[in-house]
Amino acid sequence: MSLATLDQLWVYLSGNPLLSLLMTLLMFSLAVRINTALGGTPLLHPVTLAIVMLIGLLLLVDMDYATYFEGAQFIHFLLGPATVALAIPLYDHRERVRRLLVPLLLACLLGIVTAVASTLGIALALGARLETVLSLAPRSVTSPIAMGIAEQIGGIPSLAAGLVLLTGSIGCALSPWIFRLLRIQDPVVQGFALGLSAHGFGTAQAFARIGAVAGAFSGLAMGLTGLLTAFLLPLITRLFGLGN
Amino acid sequence: MPLIMGMSVLLACQFLGELVARGLTLPIPGPVIGMVILLIGLMVNGKVPRSLRMTGEGLLRYLTLLFVPAGVGLMVHFTLIGRDLWPILITLVVSTGLTLAATAWGLDRLNRRRGGESR
Repeated sequence: MSLATLDQLWVYLSGNPLLSLLMTLLMFSLAVRINTALGGTPLLHPVTLAIVMLIGLLLLVDMDYATYFEGAQFIHFLLGPATVALAIPLYDHRERVRRLLVPLLLACLLGIVTAVASTLGIALALGARLETVLSLAPRSVTSPIAMGIAEQIGGIPSLAAGLVLLTGSIGCALSPWIFRLLRIQDPVVQGFALGLSAHGFGTAQAFARIGAVAGAFSGLAMGLTGLLTAFLLPLITRLFGLGN
Repeated sequence: MPLIMGMSVLLACQFLGELVARGLTLPIPGPVIGMVILLIGLMVNGKVPRSLRMTGEGLLRYLTLLFVPAGVGLMVHFTLIGRDLWPILITLVVSTGLTLAATAWGLDRLNRRRGGESR
């Protein structure tokens, strides 16, 4: 085989959605294997690891994100129905949700205020640019909501989406230590805290590592946080005298 | 067939959710509203159909994989993040830690006051 045909082959393959779809699945399986081999450490979460490896690979073969996403969008699309499916574990545990409704709502408010106030406070103290600060503010909510909020208060939507994802992986990495430190073993509390602070990543982590109860409450926290933040955040940023 | 039935129910709820979100110009994504719609549907129906459970739980088992394509999108923001790298990283780590701790601590306290019902 000559080099020219290999080139042509690459041109064909790299423009084809099949390649990025396959790459995503293979890298994810590899990331899960690596994580298991390392004793399942939360510091190298399989998702984070798969993302890092894929970015490295794309930079290496010089494929841009838009081309990659043409194939990967088939996986991305499933996030929609998967979010809807969170209603199933919630329904299964509806009695518990009903009993704990008031504490859950209060904890949700406490979490949102902590998230937004500490984010704005720390970022301002460290001298981040105003646009960055406003893009950081909605980082605890799932990305489609965060993008809308960032736009509304004067941040950069695409940057906000990126920061949301970083928050998700950081939350998953920190959670086991924080739960150990505070001696929290209740799957309801663990799941709820994960879903509130690390949205979908946290929910995925709760399902994978803790179990269905934690997953259900994590999904609930994710939905509640999204709804409440959309209303509260513009008010809080105004309290800090930021944005419009 | 059960997979097709289950997937149809999920997609139909998402579709309704998108309609509501767009129609009322809510800042909430369609799938989240779809989740609420499905939850109401399940409560009215009184049980989870087997086909729906099979599809839904299958999707949720691989929820982590579904975030990978969006996560790779971080590569587009390298320059934006690079401009404020340290403030961003420190803020994210400290604030995420604080949020996790505050929520977990708060909920744990409130639960205990109610006699540890969730245990």
